[in-house]
Amino acid sequence: MKVPLKWLKDYVDTDISPEELAEKLTLAGLEVSAIQVIGGNWENIVVGQIAAVNPHPNADRLRLATVDTGKGQQTVVCGAPNLVVGDKIAFASAGAKLIDGHTGKAEELKPAKIRGVASEGMVCSEKELGLSENHEGILVLPEEFQVGKHLSDYLGDAIFDIDITPNRADCLSVMGIAREVAALTAKPFRMPDLSYPESSKSVESYAAVEIKAPDLCPRYCATVIDGIVIGPSPGWMQKRLAACGARPINNIVDVTNYVMLEFGQPLHAFDCQQIRGNKIIVRRAAAGEAMYTLDEQERKFDSDILLIADAERPIAVAGIMGGLSSEVRDYTTSILLESANFSQAAIHRGSQNLKLSSEASVRFEKGLNPGLAMMALKRATQLIAQLGGGKVAGGIIDVYPARTAKKPLSINGHNVRRLLGIDLELDQIQRCLELLGLSCRKGDSNNVLVGDPWWRNDINCTADLVEEVARVTGYDNIPETMLSSSLPSGAGSLIVSFRQEISSFMVACGFQEIITYPLTSPEIMQKLSSSPGTAQPEMLKIANPMSRDLEYLRTSLRMGVLSVLSRNQRSRENNIRLFEIAKVFLPRPQDLPLENEILCGLVDTVAPETYWQSKPAPVDFYFVKGMVETLLARFGIKADYLYGHDVTLSPAGSADVVVDSVKIGVIGEVHPAVLMRFDIAEPAFLFELDVDKLLTLASQPLIYKTISKYPGTTRDIAMLLDTGVTYQKIVDIVKGFSLVSDMQLFDLYVGEQIPEGKKSLAFRLTYQSADQTLKDEEVDKVQKRIIERLSKELGAVLRS
Amino acid sequence: MLDQVEEVASQANAELQKIASLDELEGWRVRYLGRKSKLINILRSLGDVPIEERRTLGARANQVKVGLESRFTQKKEQIELLKNQSLELEKIDVTLPGQPYQVGRLHLTTRTIKEICDIFISLGFQIVEGPEVEWEHYNFEALNMPAEHPARDGFATLWADYKTETGARPMLMRTHTSPVQIRTMEKAKPPIRVIAPGRVYRYEATDATHEWMFSQVEGLAVDKNITMADLKGTLFEFARRLFGQDRKCRFRVDYFPFVEPGCEIAIDCFVCGGKGCRLCGSSGWIEILGAGMVHPEVLRGCGIDPEEYSGFAFGMGVERIPILRYGIDDIRLFYNNDLRFLKQF
Ligand SMILES: [Zn+2]
Repeated sequence: MKVPLKWLKDYVDTDISPEELAEKLTLAGLEVSAIQVIGGNWENIVVGQIAAVNPHPNADRLRLATVDTGKGQQTVVCGAPNLVVGDKIAFASAGAKLIDGHTGKAEELKPAKIRGVASEGMVCSEKELGLSENHEGILVLPEEFQVGKHLSDYLGDAIFDIDITPNRADCLSVMGIAREVAALTAKPFRMPDLSYPESSKSVESYAAVEIKAPDLCPRYCATVIDGIVIGPSPGWMQKRLAACGARPINNIVDVTNYVMLEFGQPLHAFDCQQIRGNKIIVRRAAAGEAMYTLDEQERKFDSDILLIADAERPIAVAGIMGGLSSEVRDYTTSILLESANFSQAAIHRGSQNLKLSSEASVRFEKGLNPGLAMMALKRATQLIAQLGGGKVAGGIIDVYPARTAKKPLSINGHNVRRLLGIDLELDQIQRCLELLGLSCRKGDSNNVLVGDPWWRNDINCTADLVEEVARVTGYDNIPETMLSSSLPSGAGSLIVSFRQEISSFMVACGFQEIITYPLTSPEIMQKLSSSPGTAQPEMLKIANPMSRDLEYLRTSLRMGVLSVLSRNQRSRENNIRLFEIAKVFLPRPQDLPLENEILCGLVDTVAPETYWQSKPAPVDFYFVKGMVETLLARFGIKADYLYGHDVTLSPAGSADVVVDSVKIGVIGEVHPAVLMRFDIAEPAFLFELDVDKLLTLASQPLIYKTISKYPGTTRDIAMLLDTGVTYQKIVDIVKGFSLVSDMQLFDLYVGEQIPEGKKSLAFRLTYQSADQTLKDEEVDKVQKRIIERLSKELGAVLRS
Repeated sequence: MLDQVEEVASQANAELQKIASLDELEGWRVRYLGRKSKLINILRSLGDVPIEERRTLGARANQVKVGLESRFTQKKEQIELLKNQSLELEKIDVTLPGQPYQVGRLHLTTRTIKEICDIFISLGFQIVEGPEVEWEHYNFEALNMPAEHPARDGFATLWADYKTETGARPMLMRTHTSPVQIRTMEKAKPPIRVIAPGRVYRYEATDATHEWMFSQVEGLAVDKNITMADLKGTLFEFARRLFGQDRKCRFRVDYFPFVEPGCEIAIDCFVCGGKGCRLCGSSGWIEILGAGMVHPEVLRGCGIDPEEYSGFAFGMGVERIPILRYGIDDIRLFYNNDLRFLKQF
C-alpha cells in the first residue's frame, strides 16, 4: 500500500520525520519497506512567475523567459511551448539538482550560454523535477502558490510503501494508516465531513436492491446521483491517485478509486440508465452465464461466482470487476453508486476461479467490516456531488441481511498481565484502545467494554484487544524473562537421537550425508529395476505436480542416492560415499501414507585414493557388509545375511539383512544394468536399512555378560571345502560348542595347489570358560569334535 | 666357596662384554644378580659358613656384587646411548603426507537443525516430529486458517491426489511445521515445551532464492502463566546464542493466524552492523523468526482451556541461517547435493 505523508496529514497532525514515522509503523506491524521522498533535493527550486516572454535572438525554437523569483527577476533560455506570461512555474537556479530530460540522470544545474545568450536558471518540467515522466512542457503551478517560496513546501512529499498483513484490510487505506499514526504518536484522528445535500426525489424511485445470496453478500448500500457531468477530476485528486499507483480516468471513477484508497472500501459506479428494470439483484451466477468485464474480456461463470445483475442480465462480477455494459461513459448523466460488503470467502474463491484480481477483490478477500460500506458511500456520494455537479437522490439504499449487534468485548488488567507479562492500570488500557479510535466504557467488574469498530474486522476476542494494547504501548516495553514453568516429563521423540547416532556413525565411516527430494516419477522408479516390466510399488500421487519428474511420493531412497552419485562422478569426485536418512511414503487406504524412515548408503570404487605408502583396502561387498555389521553391533543387533532377490542389486553379490527372520534391509553390489541407466561407473555398492525396525530392535534391553577371569586358548584350523559351502554353515556348527568364545576367519584361498571346485579356509578359534582355566586336553577334545562334525556334515578335509 | 664367587665374577664379566641389547642385559641381571642367582644365594647363606671363612667370603662376595651392579648400570647407559645414536640416524621424513582418513560430513541443513535444537534442549525443550504428508485440518483449519482464509494465499500447496467420499481433497504435503503444534497439544497435557524440526514443501518454481523443499524448526511452550515476556526472553536468548551475545534483537508486531498477539524477531545485520547493506536489504535488520502467543481458539480446538493455560509458539526457516552466515548465493545448492558444496561445511 502506497501512502503519501501529505494525504495522511488530512486526518492526523504529525510532525515527526518520515523515517521516525516509518520506524514506529514497522514496529507496530505495518512494515514500511520503502520511503520515496519527493522534493528532498529541491534545494534551489522556488515558485516563480513568468513576467515576460521574448524571442531568442539566434534560435527560432527557443525563447527568453523573464521570471520573477521573489528576489528579483532572471532571464533564462527555454524551449518549452507552453510559456504564458503570468503563469506560476517551478524555477531552478544554479546548483539545483535536476533530472536530465533526455538521459534521465540526476545532474547539477550549471550556468550556461545557450546560442549566445547566458542562462543562469531553468523553468522545469515534471520530469526534470522527478515528479513524472512528463517532459512535454513546463509544469504550470496552481495560482495560489506564492512566488519565492520553496517548491518543496507545496509539492514535497514522502510516500510510504507499506506491507499490509492479511488481517489488516483496513490498512489498505490512507485513513487506516492515519488511525495507526494517530495511535502511535498519541495525536487525535480527524474524520472527514461526510455530509451532502439531498434532493427531494428519493433513491427508491431510481432503483431497488435485492440480495438473493445473503451468505455471500452481508450488506449492500447504494445512492443515486442524477444530472452529473463527466469530466476530468481535479488535479489534487489526480495527483493523489497517481502517487498511490492508480490511473486517473474521469471524475466518477476517480472518486470511487479515491474513496477506496481513503477508506479501504471498494465502490462501483453503474450507469443508471443501463440498469434494466431499475433493479439490482445480488445473486449466484447461473451455470454457463457470461458477461464482458471492464477489461473487455468475456467471462464465463459457474455457480460459485457472485454477480450483480439487473432485472435481465449480469452487470458486474461482485467485488471483483464491473461489467462493460453498465460502465460509466462520457455521456453518462446518472449513476448508481454501489458500496457493498461481500464475503471474504466468496470473493477469494471467485477471484481464483476467474484468475482475475483487482484492487477491489484484494480488499474484499482479506475481509472488510460491513460498517465501512455506509461510511465510504457517504464520502463518495459527497465527492461526486461536489465534482460531478449532480443532485443526490434522497436517502440511501441499505440492504443489510447480516446486521447483528455485536456484543462488546471485555478487557481487564488480568488479561493483559497473563498474556503480556506487564502490569497496566485499567485507565492505561482504556487510553491505548481509545487512541486507536475504539469506543470504550468501563464495565461493572473492573473491566473495559470495547465496541465493534466499524472500520476494522480483526478485533474479535480479548486476545485481539491485548495485542492492540501491546502495539500501542510498544512491544519494546515488554520485558525479557526466561520460562519459569515446570518442565515436561519424558524425552520427546526417540527416533531423533537414534537417527543422530546412526548419522554420526556413518560420518565416522567416511560417508557424506545428502538430502534429496521426496517426489519422483514412475519412470525414475522403473530405472531401479534390473529387469524391465517388474511390478512397481504403489505410490501416492500429487494432484497438482510441479513437473512430470515430481509427480509421486517416493517409496524408496535409491534413486536419490544413485542420481547424486552419478552427478558427482561427472564432476570428478573420487571415493564417493553417500548416505541419506529420510522418509519413504507407503500409501494406506483412507489414511495418511505410512512414513517409513530409511537409511540408504552408496559407495563407489572409482579411482582409489593415491597414496605413496600402501594401497587402501578395497571397497567391495565386504566393505559395506562390515560397515553394516558394525553399525548393527553398536545397537546390540546381530543379523543374518541371506541370499535375496532385490531388483536393484546384482544376483552375484547381494543379501537380505535379516534379524529374527524379519528382513530389515539389503546390501549388495548395484546391478550393472541399473548403474548403466544412472550413468554410474561399475561397480557401486548399496545398502538400505529400515530405521524404524532398527529402532525397535535397538530398544531391546542389553544384559551385561560377565568377563571371564580365566585365560583363553587359541587353536587354528585349516581345511578344504567345496566352493559352494557358505561360511555361515561353518559358523552355525562351531557356534554350537559353548566353549568356543570367538572365531576369526584369517585366510580364504582358491587357486594353485587347491583342487578344482574346492576352497581353502583357515580360521582361529578361541576357547574360553567362565568357570575355569581350560586344560589342553579339554580343548583338544572339543576341537576334535568340531573337526569331525565339519567333515561329516560339510565334507571338510583337514589340511595339515 | 670363594672360588665359586670368583668364577661367577669372571663369567659374568665375560658375558657382559658380548651383550648388545637391553633385553639381553636384563637376562644377565637376573642370572647374576637376581634373587635366585648363585651370588645372591651365597650372600644369603653366609650364616652357614664357618666364622673364620665368613669375613673373607662375605667381603669378597659383596665386592663382586657391587662391582657387577655398577657394571650393569654402566652397560645399560651405554646401550641406551648407542640406541639413541642409531635412532638419530634412522630419522624418517616427517613432512611426507599422512595416511588419508576419509571422514564424512552431515548435510549443512542437518547440522544447522542440530545447532538450533541443541540450544532449545538446553532450555528444557523436547524434540518431536510430525508427518510430512498431512491432513488439511492440521496444516490449516486447526491453525485458524479455514478454507478461503487470506493467509492461506501465502502457502502454495502441493495436494495429494486423494479424494474422500464427498469429493474433498484433504491431504497435502505440509507447508510448514506448525501442524506439529496441534498434534502435540492433542496428545500431551501442559506443561508442554517442544521443538519440531522438519522438511516442508511448497508449490514453487525454483530459482536462486526459492526452493520448493526447505526446512523449518517449530517451537511451542504451553503452561499456566506463560507470557509474551517469556517468549521474548526465550527467543532473544536463542538468537544471541546462535548469532552472538552482542547481537541486538528487534521485536515487532507481526501477524500469523494461529497466534495472538503475534510478533517477529530480527537481529541487527552482522555484515553492516545495522547501517544497511545488500544482505539485510538496507533495513539493517535480519528477520529470523516469527512467533506469538498461541491463539485461544487454537488452544480450545486442542482441548486446552485458554482461560487456564497460555503459551507461545514460534517458527523459523533453517536454510536461511547458513545462507546468511556463509554468504551462500543460491538456495538450490542445498538439495542439489554437489559434494564440492557439501564438503565445505
Ligand atoms: Zn546489512
